[in-house]
Amino acid sequence: MSVRVFLVDDHALFRAGVRAELDTITDEVEVVGEAGSVGEAVAGIAHHRPDVVLLDVHMPDGGGAEVLRQIRTKIPEVTFLALSVSDAAEDVINVIRAGARGYVTKTISSQELVRAVVRVSEGDAVFSPRLAGFVLDAFADRPGAAPISDPELDLLTPRERDVLRLLARGYAYKEIASELFISVKTVETHVSSVLRKTQLSNRYELSRWATDRRLV
Amino acid sequence: MRRRRTGRVVAGVASGLADHLGAPVFWVRAVFAVLAAFSGAGIIAYGLFWMFVPQSAVVEPETEADRKEWQQAVGLAALGVGVAVFTGLLGGTWSGWVTGPVAVALVGAAVVWREADEAQRRRWRDGAFSQGKAGIVRTTAGGALVVAGVAAFLVVNDSVQNLSSVVLSVLATLIGVAVLTVPLWMRLVRDLDAERRARIRTEERAEIAAHLHDSVLQTLALIQKQSESPREVKRLARSQERELRSWLYGRDLGELGEQPATISVAIAQTCAEVEDAFAIAVSQVVVGDCELEDGMFALVQASKEAVVNAAKHAGVGEVSVYAEVEPDKVTVFVRDRGKGFDPDAVPEDRHGLAGSIRGRMDRHGGEVRLRTAPGEGTEVQLEMPRKTEART
Repeated sequence: MSVRVFLVDDHALFRAGVRAELDTITDEVEVVGEAGSVGEAVAGIAHHRPDVVLLDVHMPDGGGAEVLRQIRTKIPEVTFLALSVSDAAEDVINVIRAGARGYVTKTISSQELVRAVVRVSEGDAVFSPRLAGFVLDAFADRPGAAPISDPELDLLTPRERDVLRLLARGYAYKEIASELFISVKTVETHVSSVLRKTQLSNRYELSRWATDRRLV
Repeated sequence: MRRRRTGRVVAGVASGLADHLGAPVFWVRAVFAVLAAFSGAGIIAYGLFWMFVPQSAVVEPETEADRKEWQQAVGLAALGVGVAVFTGLLGGTWSGWVTGPVAVALVGAAVVWREADEAQRRRWRDGAFSQGKAGIVRTTAGGALVVAGVAAFLVVNDSVQNLSSVVLSVLATLIGVAVLTVPLWMRLVRDLDAERRARIRTEERAEIAAHLHDSVLQTLALIQKQSESPREVKRLARSQERELRSWLYGRDLGELGEQPATISVAIAQTCAEVEDAFAIAVSQVVVGDCELEDGMFALVQASKEAVVNAAKHAGVGEVSVYAEVEPDKVTVFVRDRGKGFDPDAVPEDRHGLAGSIRGRMDRHGGEVRLRTAPGEGTEVQLEMPRKTEART
């Protein structure tokens, strides 16, 4: 069965482009609807019940994070993949902490986008190299940093760090698996665990990035 | 939070608060009335909300409160004031000689404030600044009430003789004037604030317009001129994108050619130079940062050489650079998914890798690892130890 996708982006041109790309290159995903504003998105997602929502970060009326906040409580089974032209730390971390399962930039190739959509629909996480870099940075040990209150959430295991480093170097999951002599499944487990920590940790860097909302 | 302009009874505080909290307005009013029993706390709270919460500027449908609700609200308000006065008298927190005049003065103030709200509402609705005749009458009446209250307070107080009556009368007059002019001050403060915001917005917009004109419009013009050369178009678009990003998201990459101070800036600049020179995309991720000492400068140069090699020989449009600053060393990975090559088959006279990369790194105590095979892409790993004294 194909993955049912819903597009949210305030640029109609971009939506049309993504829809055309996804429709032509594969049967794995099917675009079931699209929306150009936060209100339309919330109504459309509630109506179509897609598997994956491709979410733009910058939109009027609160942006992607607002859609996430409104839908997550109502329909928790919908997963979100943020797709944005911005790769600023505040934007990336903000949607991830609002509940997105992944973040990719709009320059991603169509094949990779399809792979990312399928991956989040299966419950895995998708980290772009830059997101992996941000997370590594946020979890780095800095002298004089605030004391760790919850080691379970505020620290990465050495293995998770290895996986993130390879992600940041642009490795695919399969390449990471063979590099570290582990299975792709294990790589996925590590990445999901890092995602959970990124969403729930109280580390200062993460909360600072998540609240620094720049006005563009 | 905004005070409601329609369906209000006194100042729209209770209904505004009810909208804000999502609670029934009856309960909000009841709470104010009950609180009034505690030394008039409810009344004081109401007054403070009135002062500091602006009226809603949005024109709601002009519905008045229905008659029953209105009666109920007036009842609650009267109850609140009554209870406050009664408990005040009973508990002796205020003696009788204060309570009466103060109550009169407060009622007067309420009339004046409400009139000020009305005036603002008319200003929004009709753009009219002048007050109607009725408005002037009401304001005067309110003012008179306050004056009477203050005067009564002073007259009664004269017989008590517990404080210097001159000081007291001056104080009382000042307070009376302050209370009467509250709407005026609040309006002044809000107008100033609004004006300041508007000015900042205009300045920002002008700055953005200037910037877009200098950069984006110029590039778009260039792209139109060069449209028959895809390579040039790509290069222009890429370099404009980079520039716009650094401006929007505040990643200060400095001017090209300017001496960078930290390794992250140096790497960003290096990648930008190669992007411009070879019309490829270089995606870079830098974790951590440090000062650009001698060894690090060599590292950045070696990285640049590696990226240039990838751009020239790999035959792909994208190269990724990853740098990580650790306490004791800095590691840079330059990777492409291109052709790859057999390191043993490189002719002796090709010095790119040997000279520019290995030589540079060796001289500063760094290490180079190469991983490649035909068809497998290439990854160059550069590792440079940090000087102990420069560690942060």
